[in-house]
Amino acid sequence: MQSIGEAFSVALHLVATGDADLFEIVLLSLHVSLSATLLAGLLGLPVGALVAVARFPGRGALLVVMNALMGLPPVVVGLLVYLYLSRSGPLGFLGLLYTPTAMIIAQTILIAPIIAALSRQVLEDLHAEYAEQFRSLCLSRRQTVLALLWDGRYSLLTVGLAGFGRAVAEVGAVIIVGGNIDHLTRVMTTAIALETSKGNLALALALGLLLLVIALGVNAAVQTLRMSARRQAYV
Amino acid sequence: MNLQSIFGASAIALTFATGALAADQTILVQSTTSTANSGLYDHLLPLFHDTTGIQVNVVAVGTGQAIKNAQNCDGDVLLVHAKTAEEAFVDAGYGTLRTDLMYNDFVIVGPATDPADIGGMADVQAALSKIAATGGGFASRGDDSGTHKKELALWAEAGIDPTSASGDWYRETGSGMGATLNAGIGMGAYVMTDRATWISFGNKQDYVIQVEGDDALFNQYGVIPVNSAKCPSANIDAARIFADWLTSPAGQEAIASYRIDGQQLFFPNAPKS
Repeated sequence: MQSIGEAFSVALHLVATGDADLFEIVLLSLHVSLSATLLAGLLGLPVGALVAVARFPGRGALLVVMNALMGLPPVVVGLLVYLYLSRSGPLGFLGLLYTPTAMIIAQTILIAPIIAALSRQVLEDLHAEYAEQFRSLCLSRRQTVLALLWDGRYSLLTVGLAGFGRAVAEVGAVIIVGGNIDHLTRVMTTAIALETSKGNLALALALGLLLLVIALGVNAAVQTLRMSARRQAYV
Repeated sequence: MNLQSIFGASAIALTFATGALAADQTILVQSTTSTANSGLYDHLLPLFHDTTGIQVNVVAVGTGQAIKNAQNCDGDVLLVHAKTAEEAFVDAGYGTLRTDLMYNDFVIVGPATDPADIGGMADVQAALSKIAATGGGFASRGDDSGTHKKELALWAEAGIDPTSASGDWYRETGSGMGATLNAGIGMGAYVMTDRATWISFGNKQDYVIQVEGDDALFNQYGVIPVNSAKCPSANIDAARIFADWLTSPAGQEAIASYRIDGQQLFFPNAPKS
């Protein structure tokens, strides 16, 4: 148990000495997971919004599938992406395996369903509230979707944060498609797994603490954005 | 928020990635974990880079997975420790030439209390039989790695089928060497590990080496460049330069000079050309 106390001092030491390797790993973690969140938002939000306002046969089943996909196991996503991006796979000619791009792709697949499913719920509730008003304004479906996305933007930020949280904390997918290569594809979570396997438990825990601080930082930044936007809109 | 922007973003992402890959003097090594976790590559690769300018990236996984990845052409060089599997890899045409690189040995570590009373035994078969007889607890890799293959061969030679006690005193973790050591130490079980991983391992607690020195515990590492006929995308020239350097006097000397706390971890034994 002495590892826990030691972890704090190791974490402080890493930050205080401005460890260059650590800085690189933190930056890559942010680069990969923020890119994945952005791409997953571009994919997931339109899907979530469309399903929120549209009524069609099989919609109930689709909702079940969307919600179930929130539980995609990262290792399975990593394995599927590996099989596609491997040199012997259908997309092997792209040469993407063991690059940050492969990690972004895997995390995008992992969190796009989370963003789609959660934004669907948020926007559907919002739509129920505004439905009559939209009807009286004779808005087209496209206009309705855009109005909902704009009005729900603050709630959708939280949806994005949920996706980011999942991405930045997972290790199963990025370790398979990234390979945990030093100075190339090593991120916080794979570094933690590596140090654990070396038996350097205090260092592993220290990196975990720093990962928490990073997540805190990203959430605080978004919170600041929200507050400073002095909104009147629906929250 | 339309399709165009999605494709636009993906295209930017793809361009970025191919740009990063364009540096052709880079090779990828599919490696066993012990050589990476013990810090050997951190010692060797800067020397190799200074000599040749070639950047070596390492994916460290179990030997079984490393061989499969190399068969999928996801690597230029294979560096593992399971001679039979390596020779099968070459025979199947995935590699051109396997060369002995270096060796160390396996040891069996256990708690200082030594419940199966095997401390100091030099006969590994007798020690394994004793662990099985006393149900002393044994944590196995269970992941088709080089160490796992070796361990299974030792059980077979001792005439014991430990998997019949799987979940009982025989625990298959299905994990890497470090994770298995962490698990074994957590439950007070004996673990077979290569000496390099053990020396560099940071969470030993009260564990010590109980069995060592049997010839059967010999651990040979080999290096194989992949076959460019099977894998046209491989950077085969740089891969050969790397394999040749490792087995050259300079590379062998570099391997011998790697020490932790004064202890040599790997002993070079490439055939002298």
